[in-house]
Amino acid sequence: MWNWLHKLGSPKSFFAISERLLPWFGTLALLFLSVGIVWGLLFAPPDYQQGDTARIMFVHVPASILAQSSYMMMASAGVVFLVWRIKLAEIALQCAAPIGASLTFLALVTGSIWGKPMWGTWWVWDARLTSTLVLFFLFMGIIALRSAMENRASAGRATSLLAVVGLVNLPIIKFSVDWWNTLHQSSSFSLTQKPAMPIEMWFPLLLMVIGFYFFFFSVWMMRIRTEVLIRERRADWVKRLVLTMKNKRDMKHAV
Amino acid sequence: MLIKSIQRELLLSMRRPADLLNPLVFFVLVVSLFPLGISPSDEVLKEIAPGVIWVAALLSTLLSMEVMFRNDFEDGSLEQMSISPQPFLVLVGGKIVGQWLVSGLPLVLMSPVLAVMLALSEEGIKAMFISLLLGTPILSLLGSIGAGLTIGLKKGGALIAILILPLYIPVLILGTHMIIAAEQGVSYSGDVLWLAAILALSISLAPFATTESVRIALSDG
Repeated sequence: MWNWLHKLGSPKSFFAISERLLPWFGTLALLFLSVGIVWGLLFAPPDYQQGDTARIMFVHVPASILAQSSYMMMASAGVVFLVWRIKLAEIALQCAAPIGASLTFLALVTGSIWGKPMWGTWWVWDARLTSTLVLFFLFMGIIALRSAMENRASAGRATSLLAVVGLVNLPIIKFSVDWWNTLHQSSSFSLTQKPAMPIEMWFPLLLMVIGFYFFFFSVWMMRIRTEVLIRERRADWVKRLVLTMKNKRDMKHAV
Repeated sequence: MLIKSIQRELLLSMRRPADLLNPLVFFVLVVSLFPLGISPSDEVLKEIAPGVIWVAALLSTLLSMEVMFRNDFEDGSLEQMSISPQPFLVLVGGKIVGQWLVSGLPLVLMSPVLAVMLALSEEGIKAMFISLLLGTPILSLLGSIGAGLTIGLKKGGALIAILILPLYIPVLILGTHMIIAAEQGVSYSGDVLWLAAILALSISLAPFATTESVRIALSDG
């Protein structure tokens, strides 16, 4: 087990392992997402109160779940890097930030689009909306810090530190925002207390969530692979890899 | 050692009164813009005063954060500190305390004057004073992490705001709520305890993060 983990931590074997895993993840993401979205949008029953509008849920809910869990995964990579100094963890962290930020943005936008017909407004300062917005800011901070630092190695250390600081603060921020909202205004609607969901809606939603996870992992892997290649471009194994790829292409052309 | 480091920090800032005064002037100026921009009536001012004072305090802390490590970094003394036999943690801790003494504390002392100008009641002023007294050290501690990360960077100013402002949100919420509660005559001891708890947490954790962030910035150069 440990041996395997160590192998995964080295850029070279990660590259080899991910090469085998990536097609699986990509196919599964495509499969789950396409089945989930068609089922959710066309065949699942409309919500008894919100009608067809509630179908945006099939994008909104997975995006919101992924927004939070991608921050957790990113910050865990930060912890791993700060404790064990595994180079790959720091690459993983930097690669997760833009994906996480996009998913958070997607969650905010779809939530806003859903909010307009349901609540009559694009935005309310509801606790959950506000803490998602703060999460988006945290992601942006990591991206901004990364792009501001020219040295890749120290950018990695700095972003890991920032991600871990954010991780410690996130519960406090979440708590304080929840508390702030319950004091300032009683929320007139709640996102958490949905009408109990029939199984025909719940199942496509589950498929979508799993699909989003696979999608996240495939994009994450792709980004890490690119970053590994850029960083290790002077290493022998990368040179050999590029050469074999070039040879293959030349052979094709020759045929 | 901690006291020596604080003394050094104080001495250095006394020699550059502009760095000391700018955030304070900024604080007063921002607060006085709101009555001009919104309305001079007491009713409105009372309503917005807690938020205005706290937001102005956050921004002026950020302003002073930017210069926190800059001079020591440029003349190389920060690097010397990091390789000196003294524990770097204590030296950085001294810098944070010094930073609060020259920028946070004057702001706290200045705030009652502004609160009177914003028509807060006596209870409200008392609550505001306590909230700033407990809150500004948290701002200094958290801000120093961002200050460390952005040391050698050219576009540090806007960046430090993006990094640190989200982390200030709990302090802002608790601080303003405390003043509002006091204005309404409700007990606010719960908020005091929460702020104190966050302060204790930041004192025990933030200096480590700051030390690490300064080391990263030094190795970057």
